[in-house]
Amino acid sequence: MKLTCLSEGGGFYSPPCHILQWCGFTLLFECPVDLSALAVFSPIPTTGSSSSDNNSLIRAVPWYKTVASLHLWDPSSIDVVLISSPWALLGLPFLTRKPGFSSSTKIYATEATVRFGHLMMKELTFMHMEYVRYYGPDKKLGLPDWMNWTNLERLQMELKSIVLGEKQEELSGWVPIYSAGDIKDCIDKIQPLKLGEEVCFNGTLVIRALSSGLDIGSCNWSIKSPKGSLVYLSSSVFGSAHAMEFDYPLLSGHDIIIFSDFSSLDSMDYDEEDTNKCALSGESEDCSMDELSGNDELEAENEKMHFICSCIVDSVKKGGSALIPSGRFGVVLPLLEHICNLFDSLNMKVPIFIISETAQETLALTNSIPEWLCKQRQKKLFSGEALFQHMELIKEGIISVHPFLCSSDLLEIWKEPCIVISPHWSLRLGSAVQLLHRWHADPRSLLILEEGVHDELALMPFKPLKMKVLQCSFLSGIQMKKVNPLFQTLRSKIVLVPQSLRSQFTRRESELYKIYYYTKNEIARIPSLKEGFEAYLATDLVFQLQPTKLPEKNIAVARLKGKLLLRKGIYYLTLPNKQLNMSVKPSVHWGTVEPTCLLRALNEKEIDGSILHNENYDFCVCVKKPAEALIEVKGNKIMISCEDKTVSALINEALNSVCNRI
Amino acid sequence: MAIQCLILGAGQEVGKSCVVAMIGGKKIMFDCGMHMGFSDHRAFPDFSLLSSNDISCVVITHFHLDHIGALPYFTEVCGYNGPIYMTYPTKALAPLMLEDYRKILVDRRGLEEQYTYENIIHCMNKVIPIDIKQTIQVDKDLQIRAYYAGHVLGAAMIYAQVGEEKMLYTGDYNMTPDRHLGAAQIDRLSLDLLITESTYATTVRDSKYSREREFLKAVHTCVAAGGKVLIPTFALGRAQELCILLDDYWERMNINVPIYFSAGLTIQANMYYKMLIGWTSQKIKDSYTVRNPFDFKHVCPFERSMINLPGPCVLFATPGMISGGFSLEVFKQWAPSDKNLIAIPGYCVAGTIGHKLMSGKPTRIDLDKDTLIDVRCQIHQLTFSPHTDSKGIMDLVEFLSPKHVILVHGEKPKMAALKQRIESELGIQCEYPANNETVLVPTTQSLKISASKTFVRNCTTELDGDERIAEGILVMEKGHNAKIVSEEEFLETIGAERNVVSFTGWMSPLAQ
Repeated sequence: MKLTCLSEGGGFYSPPCHILQWCGFTLLFECPVDLSALAVFSPIPTTGSSSSDNNSLIRAVPWYKTVASLHLWDPSSIDVVLISSPWALLGLPFLTRKPGFSSSTKIYATEATVRFGHLMMKELTFMHMEYVRYYGPDKKLGLPDWMNWTNLERLQMELKSIVLGEKQEELSGWVPIYSAGDIKDCIDKIQPLKLGEEVCFNGTLVIRALSSGLDIGSCNWSIKSPKGSLVYLSSSVFGSAHAMEFDYPLLSGHDIIIFSDFSSLDSMDYDEEDTNKCALSGESEDCSMDELSGNDELEAENEKMHFICSCIVDSVKKGGSALIPSGRFGVVLPLLEHICNLFDSLNMKVPIFIISETAQETLALTNSIPEWLCKQRQKKLFSGEALFQHMELIKEGIISVHPFLCSSDLLEIWKEPCIVISPHWSLRLGSAVQLLHRWHADPRSLLILEEGVHDELALMPFKPLKMKVLQCSFLSGIQMKKVNPLFQTLRSKIVLVPQSLRSQFTRRESELYKIYYYTKNEIARIPSLKEGFEAYLATDLVFQLQPTKLPEKNIAVARLKGKLLLRKGIYYLTLPNKQLNMSVKPSVHWGTVEPTCLLRALNEKEIDGSILHNENYDFCVCVKKPAEALIEVKGNKIMISCEDKTVSALINEALNSVCNRI
Repeated sequence: MAIQCLILGAGQEVGKSCVVAMIGGKKIMFDCGMHMGFSDHRAFPDFSLLSSNDISCVVITHFHLDHIGALPYFTEVCGYNGPIYMTYPTKALAPLMLEDYRKILVDRRGLEEQYTYENIIHCMNKVIPIDIKQTIQVDKDLQIRAYYAGHVLGAAMIYAQVGEEKMLYTGDYNMTPDRHLGAAQIDRLSLDLLITESTYATTVRDSKYSREREFLKAVHTCVAAGGKVLIPTFALGRAQELCILLDDYWERMNINVPIYFSAGLTIQANMYYKMLIGWTSQKIKDSYTVRNPFDFKHVCPFERSMINLPGPCVLFATPGMISGGFSLEVFKQWAPSDKNLIAIPGYCVAGTIGHKLMSGKPTRIDLDKDTLIDVRCQIHQLTFSPHTDSKGIMDLVEFLSPKHVILVHGEKPKMAALKQRIESELGIQCEYPANNETVLVPTTQSLKISASKTFVRNCTTELDGDERIAEGILVMEKGHNAKIVSEEEFLETIGAERNVVSFTGWMSPLAQ
């Protein structure tokens, strides 16, 4: 098994990317696009504003930064693509539109990932169009001007390292946006899966998506093959207030874990005390299950929501508006409920606007997918309540949803202070840009930003910035203290962990599993765990067996010939459809030939012979009648010399009868 | 080895579906229904034939009472405590059906209740919801999986597997898509046993579009002449399908006659349908981006006081089959007028008024000693039923080609005819046991062995055809799994070397 990490990703919105070569197949995990790199482009200035002119950002229609190392792989060599979340899907049209992408490549993602991912792609292209409208479409083919080396050299260091990558090898990852047609082709190629659905690739790999708890539709992968089983563990969350819970039972007992949760790289402000505590508590099994329950996570996230809500209320009370550029359902949906409840309890009436071309569809969709939500939300289905409150809130007019900022019905009801949820966190796309131009100098206003965004750079074009900025980090993966208890619970034999997280792992190597470390763009080779394959032998074939006992070995052996089938990663031996000639292959014999036994056997076939000894051989048998022949025996080599074919066949039969054979 | 099937209900009849199958040592109860035609002990399967603690799990295929009606009794009164599985829609909608029926029995007919409202709630809380195609590991050995059955929202066929023994219980299914549901979908499974419904064992139905047109025409003619249309249905399923049909027709024809739903129940049911839209047909799912098709434009709730208001209307009233309750109340008032129309959708159990109306054209119905109802209204039968017809059953059996078929949920003479067809046309053994009978179905068993890598690598593909043929040596040792290896590996295991025999035609000089 070979694993190549192509990208470690960067935070929630840009998952890592790997290639796995196993059982003769090449599997690609995730196909992300790094949308945080959009920060190198200058946002579209509003008319009459000069604030965005005084920056050194690239003024052009943006291109998109995909995983550069993925371009080194021949797309036709990829057999399977597995996508764990809607965000990991956003780069897929770049891959599927390549001419070399094979139509036989299978792409799997959960149904919810496909549906939400599809909406996000559409939203991305809609928002991108604003740039095209502003700058006009690309007139020339080939690379845009900003990608000229002379222009690149002129970029500020920080921008340059985003464009070129730290090792200056990522320029090839930049590609122009996909079209609506690219999106459609891409979505049509995906086979959507339910959680826990088994799908079999080529009879060999049995693939299953299991909930990771990170967000709606996001999953981990279980893959079983004749060579063993593995888990691809993406960023996972144990306690979710909206998405289906992390699925332990079906993840446990696999041979190998590929740990691909890099989220703790982004939250380095980790206190040592916690780490120590976890190393100790990881020792007992019961304790580790407690540790993984996720209740603490729910509580912490809940507290965060309350804090954000209280900040929003403070701003609004002072007459300032709040802007929430986020695309995470796990943030936006609970936040809407919290803030509306809070306003209700304070008897405040503040308009809440959601501005995105796809928001209406997305919100409607979230209320009709109970199978993808956490138990608490599912309870609402069973008691006949709406899954999320937002549908009611929209009906009551507390929340209003609009495709654009400048749509006429929005302008009619627009009132400040207000709260705006805008789709894009990059601060380069969508209505967030215009609203930042409007509010950046108002000290009463509030911007809620997710941590992990290049915030300095993202905010640069909106300087001087007087509005308050609240940076929040939301749980985006497994906390380090939970990693060891998790591995112990899952009971795997081998764990693959990123080298970059090595320092954060508790030092003591576990006796329960072996750790391998992998590094970006290097192949990690994992030795095979299994010597043989699991197989089933059909009963009708068993009845045909003619076993011989080998008493000295205490075993029985039988020659077996049958049809070999590979179904769902398991071999089956069954009766062939048509009768086989069972004697095609010469039999195998072994063991020493006793000269006297051989003579007796020859006599039975009416062949007379006498034994000769010669230093070159163990012994020889010289035959005179019925034809002349010589049998020379040396170790396990026996040579029969005879001109008469019948006699030589008879001699062979006699020889067979005195040897062990099968 | 064998699968042992105890038919507790729906054996040679329609009603109280319940089959207990023992597969690989695990006992699974498929459905736990009640018989709507009885109100005594015959209404429930005879659970005394079971020890409830032997059952590994109960799986319910859909929310119809003849498939789930006895579940609260089995869990709360008989004390079954193990896992219960059903799809998300079934778990959401079943309590409505159960409580609705319990109320009719107790409050209206004054019968003794078999279980209470609390029993229903307590029972339903224990249910584990499952999704279509999700493979569920019930325990270490037993796997179950639901397949889309199309019959009603959330209806599923249930596949069960222990080791290499595999079976499928269809529940009720429909092989053709209807207004709001897709057709049944199944993988090509290699099954030892298929248990299938056979409601329409001998009927072949034509396209339903002509029948939909007839229905719309009958309704339209009636309301245009100022008549009232009563459609007795159960709250869920048929009501929503017909509503989509009517709502759409009203829109196209610009009709303003009100469409009513009786009681809050169906309105509430529509709320569930909106959340569960992912379980409807692809066509509906695709049309749903912003407006939910279960947000009916022309539909409003009905009050009892409106029964005798003048003017035309269409009313969906529960329960179906006019077996009592509100639909009976309205029927009493509306049946005597020849301007009115009663449209009866679907199957009616013997003994109900619906059944009487469908079999012949009665002019009066004796409800009880004191109540006679004059029936002068028109009767329209909607024969489109969400069950598969005989062609659908044969197609499914042929597609799956199981080793054995058991027919349930049908009428005895028709089942006999279908059994004949399955055995003669498809060459598959078929049975249709009566209630409380046990059938043993033999299964093929395979021996678990291990195969060496060289053995697998050495296999050859036969020239004619794509069969891969492998040859090797099976080594059997007491206390170990048998292992199949190549010749070389075999010699290596026993520590011997192969004797190499060579032949030459010329005499060696030594002999001369």
